[in-house]
Amino acid sequence: MGWIGESIESIKSLQIRQVLTQGVSLGMIVTSALIIWKALMCITGSESPVVVVLSGSMEPGFKRGDILFLHMSKDPIRAGEIVVFNVDGREIPIVHRVIKVHERQDTGEVEVLTKGDNNYGDDRLLYAQGQLWLKRQHIMGRAVGFLPYVGWVTIIMTEKPIIKYILIGALGLLVITSKD
Amino acid sequence: MARDSGIWQNSFIFISVDFNFSLRPKIKRQQLQQRQGTKTGKKKKMHSFGYRANALLTFAVTILALMCAIASLSDNLNTPSPSAQIEILNINWFQKQPHGNDEVSLTLNITADLQSLFTWNTKQLFIFVAAEYETPKNALNQVSLWDAIIPAKEFAKFSIHTSNKYRFIDQGHNLRSKEFNLTLHWHVMPKTGKMFANKIVMSGYRLPEDYR
Repeated sequence: MGWIGESIESIKSLQIRQVLTQGVSLGMIVTSALIIWKALMCITGSESPVVVVLSGSMEPGFKRGDILFLHMSKDPIRAGEIVVFNVDGREIPIVHRVIKVHERQDTGEVEVLTKGDNNYGDDRLLYAQGQLWLKRQHIMGRAVGFLPYVGWVTIIMTEKPIIKYILIGALGLLVITSKD
Repeated sequence: MARDSGIWQNSFIFISVDFNFSLRPKIKRQQLQQRQGTKTGKKKKMHSFGYRANALLTFAVTILALMCAIASLSDNLNTPSPSAQIEILNINWFQKQPHGNDEVSLTLNITADLQSLFTWNTKQLFIFVAAEYETPKNALNQVSLWDAIIPAKEFAKFSIHTSNKYRFIDQGHNLRSKEFNLTLHWHVMPKTGKMFANKIVMSGYRLPEDYR
Protein backbone atom coordinates (compact mmCIF):
# COMPACT_ATOMS: atom_id res chain seq x y z
CA MET A 1 0.00 0.00 0.00
CA GLY A 2 2.84 2.39 0.85
CA TRP A 3 4.24 1.69 -2.59
CA ILE A 4 1.12 2.94 -4.31
CA GLY A 5 1.17 6.11 -2.17
CA GLU A 6 4.78 6.78 -3.08
CA SER A 7 4.04 6.17 -6.75
CA ILE A 8 1.20 8.69 -6.67
CA GLU A 9 3.49 11.22 -4.96
CA SER A 10 6.17 10.75 -7.56
CA ILE A 11 3.61 11.06 -10.38
CA LYS A 12 2.39 14.35 -8.94
CA SER A 13 5.93 15.73 -8.77
CA LEU A 14 6.63 15.02 -12.47
CA GLN A 15 7.34 17.88 -14.78
CA ILE A 16 5.67 18.14 -18.15
CA ARG A 17 8.92 18.08 -20.09
CA GLN A 18 10.09 14.91 -18.38
CA VAL A 19 6.80 13.23 -19.07
CA LEU A 20 6.95 14.20 -22.72
CA THR A 21 10.53 13.02 -23.10
CA GLN A 22 9.65 9.69 -21.61
CA GLY A 23 6.57 9.46 -23.76
CA VAL A 24 8.66 10.02 -26.85
CA SER A 25 11.28 7.43 -25.90
CA LEU A 26 8.54 4.93 -25.12
CA GLY A 27 7.02 5.66 -28.50
CA MET A 28 10.39 5.08 -30.15
CA ILE A 29 10.76 1.70 -28.48
CA VAL A 30 7.28 0.66 -29.49
CA THR A 31 7.77 1.68 -33.11
CA SER A 32 11.12 -0.05 -33.39
CA ALA A 33 9.56 -3.23 -32.02
CA LEU A 34 6.82 -2.89 -34.63
CA ILE A 35 9.45 -2.44 -37.33
CA ILE A 36 11.20 -5.63 -36.26
CA TRP A 37 7.90 -7.50 -36.28
CA LYS A 38 7.00 -6.33 -39.78
CA ALA A 39 10.51 -7.17 -40.97
CA LEU A 40 10.01 -10.69 -39.63
CA MET A 41 6.79 -10.91 -41.61
CA CYS A 42 8.74 -9.92 -44.73
CA ILE A 43 11.59 -12.35 -44.14
CA THR A 44 9.42 -15.35 -43.45
CA GLY A 45 7.00 -14.45 -46.21
CA SER A 46 4.05 -15.23 -44.01
CA GLU A 47 1.31 -13.01 -42.60
CA SER A 48 1.91 -14.41 -39.20
CA PRO A 49 5.46 -15.57 -38.49
CA VAL A 50 4.49 -17.05 -35.13
CA VAL A 51 1.36 -18.97 -34.12
CA VAL A 52 0.17 -20.67 -30.95
CA VAL A 53 -1.29 -24.16 -30.99
CA LEU A 54 -4.77 -24.11 -29.47
CA SER A 55 -6.07 -27.64 -29.85
CA GLY A 56 -4.73 -31.14 -29.34
CA SER A 57 -5.16 -32.33 -32.89
CA MET A 58 -1.43 -32.62 -33.49
CA GLU A 59 -0.49 -34.39 -30.27
CA PRO A 60 1.87 -35.75 -29.12
CA GLY A 61 3.97 -33.63 -31.43
CA PHE A 62 2.43 -30.23 -30.69
CA LYS A 63 0.54 -29.68 -27.49
CA ARG A 64 -1.78 -26.84 -26.60
CA GLY A 65 0.35 -23.86 -25.67
CA ASP A 66 3.32 -24.55 -27.95
CA ILE A 67 4.42 -21.93 -30.41
CA LEU A 68 5.36 -22.60 -34.02
CA PHE A 69 7.64 -20.56 -36.27
CA LEU A 70 6.38 -20.33 -39.81
CA HIS A 71 8.10 -19.79 -43.12
CA MET A 72 6.59 -19.57 -46.56
CA SER A 73 8.85 -20.09 -49.56
CA LYS A 74 8.02 -20.51 -53.21
CA ASP A 75 8.93 -24.22 -53.03
CA PRO A 76 6.05 -26.48 -53.96
CA ILE A 77 4.01 -28.01 -51.19
CA ARG A 78 4.86 -31.65 -50.60
CA ALA A 79 3.42 -34.46 -48.52
CA GLY A 80 4.52 -34.54 -44.90
CA GLU A 81 4.94 -30.80 -44.45
CA ILE A 82 3.15 -29.22 -41.53
CA VAL A 83 1.18 -26.29 -42.90
CA VAL A 84 -0.91 -23.53 -41.38
CA PHE A 85 -3.95 -22.73 -43.44
CA ASN A 86 -7.10 -20.63 -43.41
CA VAL A 87 -10.45 -21.99 -44.42
CA ASP A 88 -12.92 -19.53 -45.95
CA GLY A 89 -15.45 -18.68 -43.32
CA ARG A 90 -13.29 -19.71 -40.36
CA GLU A 91 -11.27 -17.05 -38.60
CA ILE A 92 -8.82 -19.25 -36.74
CA PRO A 93 -6.05 -20.82 -38.85
CA ILE A 94 -5.40 -24.54 -38.53
CA VAL A 95 -2.06 -26.34 -38.20
CA HIS A 96 -2.10 -29.83 -39.73
CA ARG A 97 0.04 -32.10 -41.86
CA VAL A 98 -0.29 -32.58 -45.63
CA ILE A 99 -1.14 -36.17 -46.55
CA LYS A 100 -2.09 -35.92 -50.23
CA VAL A 101 -0.72 -33.74 -53.01
CA HIS A 102 -1.88 -33.52 -56.62
CA GLU A 103 0.12 -31.09 -58.78
CA ARG A 104 -1.16 -30.15 -62.24
CA GLN A 105 1.08 -30.62 -65.24
CA ASP A 106 0.10 -27.47 -67.08
CA THR A 107 -0.40 -24.80 -64.41
CA GLY A 108 1.71 -26.21 -61.59
CA GLU A 109 -1.18 -25.59 -59.21
CA VAL A 110 -1.46 -28.00 -56.31
CA GLU A 111 -4.44 -29.53 -54.59
CA VAL A 112 -3.72 -30.63 -51.07
CA LEU A 113 -5.44 -32.69 -48.39
CA THR A 114 -4.47 -32.31 -44.74
CA LYS A 115 -5.01 -34.24 -41.53
CA GLY A 116 -4.16 -33.69 -37.90
CA ASP A 117 -1.79 -36.35 -36.55
CA ASN A 118 -4.09 -37.07 -33.61
CA ASN A 119 -7.32 -37.00 -35.62
CA TYR A 120 -8.89 -40.15 -36.97
CA GLY A 121 -10.10 -38.75 -40.28
CA ASP A 122 -8.81 -36.19 -42.73
CA ASP A 123 -9.73 -32.52 -42.75
CA ARG A 124 -12.48 -32.56 -45.38
CA LEU A 125 -14.98 -32.00 -42.54
CA LEU A 126 -13.18 -28.77 -41.66
CA TYR A 127 -13.02 -27.36 -45.16
CA ALA A 128 -15.75 -25.11 -46.53
CA GLN A 129 -18.97 -26.62 -47.81
CA GLY A 130 -18.25 -28.60 -50.96
CA GLN A 131 -14.51 -27.97 -50.79
CA LEU A 132 -12.48 -31.14 -51.25
CA TRP A 133 -8.95 -29.77 -51.56
CA LEU A 134 -6.84 -26.92 -50.28
CA LYS A 135 -5.06 -24.69 -52.76
CA ARG A 136 -1.90 -22.67 -52.31
CA GLN A 137 -3.77 -19.45 -51.56
CA HIS A 138 -5.28 -20.98 -48.44
CA ILE A 139 -1.90 -21.81 -46.97
CA MET A 140 -0.19 -19.22 -44.76
CA GLY A 141 3.07 -20.97 -44.09
CA ARG A 142 5.02 -24.10 -43.23
CA ALA A 143 6.03 -24.86 -39.66
CA VAL A 144 9.82 -24.96 -39.46
CA GLY A 145 10.55 -24.70 -35.75
CA PHE A 146 8.85 -24.86 -32.42
CA LEU A 147 9.13 -23.86 -28.77
CA PRO A 148 7.17 -25.72 -26.09
CA TYR A 149 4.98 -24.08 -23.42
CA VAL A 150 5.80 -20.45 -24.32
CA GLY A 151 2.41 -19.95 -25.94
CA TRP A 152 0.56 -20.35 -22.64
CA VAL A 153 1.30 -16.67 -21.95
CA THR A 154 -0.70 -15.73 -25.04
CA ILE A 155 -3.52 -18.15 -24.26
CA ILE A 156 -3.87 -16.80 -20.72
CA MET A 157 -3.75 -13.20 -21.90
CA THR A 158 -6.45 -13.87 -24.47
CA GLU A 159 -8.78 -15.84 -22.25
CA LYS A 160 -8.37 -13.65 -19.18
CA PRO A 161 -7.71 -10.17 -20.54
CA ILE A 162 -7.55 -8.75 -17.01
CA ILE A 163 -4.06 -10.20 -16.66
CA LYS A 164 -2.97 -8.35 -19.79
CA TYR A 165 -4.15 -5.06 -18.29
CA ILE A 166 -2.46 -5.77 -14.97
CA LEU A 167 0.88 -6.50 -16.67
CA ILE A 168 0.71 -3.43 -18.89
CA GLY A 169 -0.32 -1.31 -15.91
CA ALA A 170 2.58 -2.57 -13.79
CA LEU A 171 5.10 -1.94 -16.56
CA GLY A 172 3.66 1.48 -17.26
CA LEU A 173 3.90 2.39 -13.60
CA LEU A 174 7.53 1.26 -13.42
CA VAL A 175 8.40 3.27 -16.52
CA ILE A 176 6.69 6.45 -15.32
CA THR A 177 8.10 6.34 -11.82
CA SER A 178 11.65 5.71 -13.03
CA LYS A 179 12.08 9.38 -13.87
CA ASP A 180 15.00 9.10 -16.22
CA MET B 1 -5.97 -24.62 -34.44
CA ALA B 2 -3.71 -21.61 -33.99
CA ARG B 3 -4.11 -18.08 -32.78
CA ASP B 4 -3.76 -15.10 -35.12
CA SER B 5 -0.88 -12.68 -35.07
CA GLY B 6 -2.49 -9.60 -33.50
CA ILE B 7 -1.87 -10.76 -29.96
CA TRP B 8 1.69 -11.74 -30.89
CA GLN B 9 2.43 -8.27 -32.17
CA ASN B 10 1.27 -6.81 -28.89
CA SER B 11 3.25 -9.33 -26.84
CA PHE B 12 6.35 -8.59 -28.88
CA ILE B 13 6.03 -4.86 -28.28
CA PHE B 14 5.40 -5.41 -24.60
CA ILE B 15 8.47 -7.63 -24.29
CA SER B 16 10.72 -5.12 -26.09
CA VAL B 17 9.59 -2.31 -23.79
CA ASP B 18 10.31 -4.56 -20.84
CA PHE B 19 13.78 -5.47 -22.11
CA ASN B 20 14.65 -1.88 -22.89
CA PHE B 21 13.59 -0.83 -19.46
CA SER B 22 15.68 -3.38 -17.64
CA LEU B 23 18.72 -2.71 -19.81
CA ARG B 24 18.85 1.02 -19.03
CA PRO B 25 22.20 2.11 -17.56
CA LYS B 26 22.52 1.67 -13.83
CA ILE B 27 24.39 4.98 -13.43
CA LYS B 28 21.27 7.01 -14.13
CA ARG B 29 19.43 5.11 -11.45
CA GLN B 30 22.06 5.94 -8.83
CA GLN B 31 22.01 9.63 -9.80
CA LEU B 32 18.27 9.58 -9.49
CA GLN B 33 18.42 8.16 -6.00
CA GLN B 34 20.90 10.85 -4.96
CA ARG B 35 18.61 13.53 -6.43
CA GLN B 36 15.70 12.30 -4.39
CA GLY B 37 17.75 13.06 -1.30
CA THR B 38 17.72 10.95 1.77
CA LYS B 39 14.16 9.67 1.65
CA THR B 40 13.20 6.79 3.83
CA GLY B 41 15.00 3.52 3.28
CA LYS B 42 11.66 1.77 2.76
CA LYS B 43 10.89 3.82 -0.37
CA LYS B 44 14.17 2.85 -2.04
CA LYS B 45 13.54 -0.81 -1.27
CA MET B 46 10.11 -0.68 -2.88
CA HIS B 47 11.50 0.88 -6.05
CA SER B 48 14.31 -1.62 -6.33
CA PHE B 49 11.92 -4.55 -5.92
CA GLY B 50 10.20 -3.59 -9.14
CA TYR B 51 13.52 -3.05 -10.93
CA ARG B 52 14.94 -6.29 -9.63
CA ALA B 53 11.92 -8.37 -10.55
CA ASN B 54 11.94 -6.92 -14.04
CA ALA B 55 15.68 -7.41 -14.52
CA LEU B 56 15.47 -10.98 -13.24
CA LEU B 57 12.62 -11.79 -15.58
CA THR B 58 14.34 -10.44 -18.68
CA PHE B 59 17.58 -12.20 -17.77
CA ALA B 60 15.77 -15.52 -17.26
CA VAL B 61 13.98 -15.21 -20.59
CA THR B 62 17.20 -14.39 -22.43
CA ILE B 63 19.05 -17.34 -20.95
CA LEU B 64 16.18 -19.71 -21.72
CA ALA B 65 16.04 -18.52 -25.32
CA LEU B 66 19.79 -19.02 -25.64
CA MET B 67 19.57 -22.55 -24.25
CA CYS B 68 16.82 -23.47 -26.69
CA ALA B 69 18.86 -22.13 -29.60
CA ILE B 70 21.94 -24.11 -28.55
CA ALA B 71 19.87 -27.27 -28.08
CA SER B 72 18.53 -26.86 -31.58
CA LEU B 73 21.99 -26.24 -33.05
CA SER B 74 23.29 -29.42 -31.42
CA ASP B 75 20.95 -31.38 -33.69
CA ASN B 76 23.13 -30.45 -36.65
CA LEU B 77 26.01 -32.46 -35.21
CA ASN B 78 24.12 -35.71 -35.73
CA THR B 79 24.81 -37.65 -38.97
CA PRO B 80 21.98 -40.08 -39.51
CA SER B 81 22.15 -43.32 -41.52
CA PRO B 82 18.64 -44.72 -41.82
CA SER B 83 17.58 -47.68 -43.92
CA ALA B 84 14.26 -49.08 -45.07
CA GLN B 85 12.60 -51.66 -47.32
CA ILE B 86 8.99 -51.88 -48.40
CA GLU B 87 7.40 -54.93 -49.99
CA ILE B 88 3.94 -55.12 -51.49
CA LEU B 89 2.58 -58.40 -50.18
CA ASN B 90 -0.81 -58.31 -51.85
CA ILE B 91 -3.13 -56.19 -53.95
CA ASN B 92 -6.37 -56.68 -52.04
CA TRP B 93 -8.61 -55.06 -54.60
CA PHE B 94 -8.46 -52.54 -57.41
CA GLN B 95 -11.65 -50.82 -58.50
CA LYS B 96 -13.10 -47.84 -60.26
CA GLN B 97 -15.28 -45.75 -57.94
CA PRO B 98 -18.79 -44.61 -58.91
CA HIS B 99 -17.39 -41.05 -59.31
CA GLY B 100 -14.86 -42.30 -61.82
CA ASN B 101 -11.72 -42.33 -59.66
CA ASP B 102 -9.54 -45.39 -59.34
CA GLU B 103 -8.96 -46.87 -55.92
CA VAL B 104 -6.61 -49.62 -54.84
CA SER B 105 -6.08 -51.39 -51.53
CA LEU B 106 -2.68 -52.92 -50.72
CA THR B 107 -1.04 -54.90 -47.96
CA LEU B 108 2.51 -53.78 -47.26
CA ASN B 109 5.47 -55.10 -45.31
CA ILE B 110 7.51 -52.16 -44.03
CA THR B 111 10.93 -52.79 -42.48
CA ALA B 112 13.10 -49.94 -41.29
CA ASP B 113 15.95 -48.97 -39.00
CA LEU B 114 15.69 -45.30 -38.05
CA GLN B 115 17.55 -45.38 -34.76
CA SER B 116 20.35 -43.09 -35.98
CA LEU B 117 17.90 -40.22 -36.41
CA PHE B 118 17.28 -39.84 -32.70
CA THR B 119 19.24 -37.22 -30.71
CA TRP B 120 18.88 -36.09 -27.11
CA ASN B 121 16.74 -33.22 -28.40
CA THR B 122 14.28 -35.46 -30.26
CA LYS B 123 10.75 -35.69 -28.93
CA GLN B 124 9.37 -38.06 -31.52
CA LEU B 125 9.74 -39.20 -35.11
CA PHE B 126 6.73 -38.98 -37.40
CA ILE B 127 7.04 -41.38 -40.32
CA PHE B 128 4.77 -42.07 -43.24
CA VAL B 129 4.80 -44.07 -46.46
CA ALA B 130 3.59 -42.30 -49.58
CA ALA B 131 3.00 -43.53 -53.10
CA GLU B 132 4.29 -41.12 -55.76
CA TYR B 133 3.39 -41.32 -59.42
CA GLU B 134 2.74 -39.22 -62.49
CA THR B 135 -0.39 -39.03 -64.64
CA PRO B 136 -1.18 -37.17 -67.87
CA LYS B 137 -3.16 -34.57 -65.92
CA ASN B 138 -0.93 -34.27 -62.85
CA ALA B 139 2.85 -33.80 -62.85
CA LEU B 140 3.07 -35.25 -59.36
CA ASN B 141 0.73 -37.17 -57.11
CA GLN B 142 1.67 -38.00 -53.55
CA VAL B 143 -0.74 -40.13 -51.58
CA SER B 144 0.03 -41.05 -48.00
CA LEU B 145 -0.77 -44.69 -47.35
CA TRP B 146 0.30 -45.24 -43.77
CA ASP B 147 1.85 -43.26 -40.94
CA ALA B 148 3.11 -43.83 -37.42
CA ILE B 149 4.66 -41.97 -34.53
CA ILE B 150 7.88 -43.35 -33.03
CA PRO B 151 8.20 -41.96 -29.53
CA ALA B 152 11.63 -43.32 -28.63
CA LYS B 153 14.81 -44.84 -30.06
CA GLU B 154 13.88 -48.38 -28.98
CA PHE B 155 10.88 -48.42 -31.29
CA ALA B 156 12.76 -47.09 -34.29
CA LYS B 157 13.83 -50.49 -35.60
CA PHE B 158 10.74 -52.35 -36.71
CA SER B 159 9.03 -54.53 -39.25
CA ILE B 160 5.31 -54.25 -39.79
CA HIS B 161 2.60 -55.93 -41.89
CA THR B 162 -0.24 -53.57 -42.64
CA SER B 163 -2.88 -52.66 -45.16
CA ASN B 164 -3.02 -49.02 -46.19
CA LYS B 165 -4.39 -46.79 -43.47
CA TYR B 166 -5.50 -44.09 -45.89
CA ARG B 167 -7.33 -44.70 -49.12
CA PHE B 168 -5.23 -44.74 -52.26
CA ILE B 169 -7.50 -42.83 -54.63
CA ASP B 170 -6.43 -41.23 -57.89
CA GLN B 171 -7.81 -38.05 -59.45
CA GLY B 172 -9.13 -39.90 -62.48
CA HIS B 173 -8.69 -43.45 -63.69
CA ASN B 174 -5.02 -43.63 -64.49
CA LEU B 175 -3.84 -46.35 -62.16
CA ARG B 176 -3.97 -49.41 -64.41
CA SER B 177 -0.42 -50.77 -64.85
CA LYS B 178 0.87 -47.58 -63.29
CA GLU B 179 4.49 -47.51 -62.17
CA PHE B 180 4.98 -45.78 -58.86
CA ASN B 181 7.55 -45.07 -56.14
CA LEU B 182 7.06 -45.80 -52.49
CA THR B 183 8.79 -43.26 -50.28
CA LEU B 184 9.35 -43.52 -46.57
CA HIS B 185 9.33 -39.96 -45.17
CA TRP B 186 10.38 -39.05 -41.67
CA HIS B 187 9.88 -35.85 -39.73
CA VAL B 188 12.11 -35.30 -36.70
CA MET B 189 10.12 -33.30 -34.14
CA PRO B 190 12.50 -31.85 -31.55
CA LYS B 191 11.91 -31.05 -27.91
CA THR B 192 12.73 -27.50 -28.92
CA GLY B 193 13.91 -25.81 -32.10
CA LYS B 194 14.19 -26.59 -35.77
CA MET B 195 12.41 -29.55 -37.34
CA PHE B 196 14.09 -31.78 -39.92
CA ALA B 197 12.48 -33.90 -42.59
CA ASN B 198 13.86 -36.27 -45.19
CA LYS B 199 12.94 -39.40 -47.13
CA ILE B 200 14.08 -42.62 -48.80
CA VAL B 201 12.68 -43.25 -52.27
CA MET B 202 12.11 -46.83 -53.39
CA SER B 203 11.11 -47.27 -56.99
CA GLY B 204 10.07 -50.13 -59.20
CA TYR B 205 6.55 -50.88 -58.02
CA ARG B 206 3.75 -51.45 -60.47
CA LEU B 207 -0.01 -51.79 -60.25
CA PRO B 208 -1.84 -54.57 -62.15
CA GLU B 209 -3.18 -54.03 -65.64
CA ASP B 210 -6.81 -54.70 -64.85
CA TYR B 211 -9.30 -54.08 -62.13
CA ARG B 212 -9.81 -56.92 -59.62
